[in-house]
Amino acid sequence: MGLFGKTSFAFILHRIFGKKHAKIGIYGPPNVGKTTLANRILRDWTGDIMGSVSEIPHETRIAKWKKDVKVENGNSSLYMDIVDTPGIATKVDYKEFMNTFGLSKDESKQRAKEATEGVIESIRWLEDVDGVLLVMDATQDPFTQVNVTILGNLEARKLPVLIAANKIDMEDSSPATLKSAFPQHPVIPISALTGYNSENLYTKMVDHFGKKRRKKRR
Amino acid sequence: MTKKKDGISVNLVSRQKLDEFSSAEKLEFILKEVQKGKVLVLEHGLTPMEQTELIAHTMKEIKQDTFIGIEMEGYGEDKPSIIQKILGVIKKPRMTVIGPADLLKTVRKDSNMIQTRIIPGRGAE
Repeated sequence: MGLFGKTSFAFILHRIFGKKHAKIGIYGPPNVGKTTLANRILRDWTGDIMGSVSEIPHETRIAKWKKDVKVENGNSSLYMDIVDTPGIATKVDYKEFMNTFGLSKDESKQRAKEATEGVIESIRWLEDVDGVLLVMDATQDPFTQVNVTILGNLEARKLPVLIAANKIDMEDSSPATLKSAFPQHPVIPISALTGYNSENLYTKMVDHFGKKRRKKRR
Repeated sequence: MTKKKDGISVNLVSRQKLDEFSSAEKLEFILKEVQKGKVLVLEHGLTPMEQTELIAHTMKEIKQDTFIGIEMEGYGEDKPSIIQKILGVIKKPRMTVIGPADLLKTVRKDSNMIQTRIIPGRGAE
């Protein structure tokens, strides 16, 4: 072994070239498990949770964030402000809440109104984050316009992206499909619900979001 | 959106027409036409930034009983070759189809075809 061991050398490199703090947005379409993942991260590193989850789409209609969440990876660590954003969609139909989920007309209309405002808020937050954890449902076709639009937007802004292929605890999940759909980005298969592979996700988060980059502002 | 029984307007918009618009004018044009119940096929589509802006504008325009949003499918930008990069050639996004969400449904999309279905009895002539 030389003057520095392997670990300490990596530690020194990180101290010189790495970031100490990053604001990370959790993005994705509705009902892919963004808040479940945010809760998982917070529970594992702070013992807290971010918000409630529901099978009804657009449960998160206002962005929520938690400051200074310290995520560790061996000798390196990164303080993150975790922002849980409302799901991005191109349409919001209140009748879906009534007919599919049995909400009253008033509740449905209110939820739909708040959901549209939530989408706008999510898009605004893109201006203010340093990196994005893009959550996709590994049981669904990943090649949706919302996924493609968000990814294209992040690429244009030169923001670092990690794709969390969520719901791999489900029988019909296929993270491989997701990896082949977006080969230009790191894809981490996880189950936010069970915590499966979350350690690997945290390692990648510290490594990927901890690098200093020049962010393109509009 | 006015619902008509007789037919649905599907407009193919040329790249020349789109190039005449600024980004903001293009989004305004698209959203106005879609709110009238028309389906638009753009010869070359929107950049990811424009698509995101269009989603934000759409959310502001949603009227719960008449306009629930848009359906949009398209292909991304071709990757420029090294020579094109040197020459500064900017590749535009390829074809995009946009319509009202309660009228236009995407059935399937792959790298060669976007298959959509128009729900009859709705939309503009």
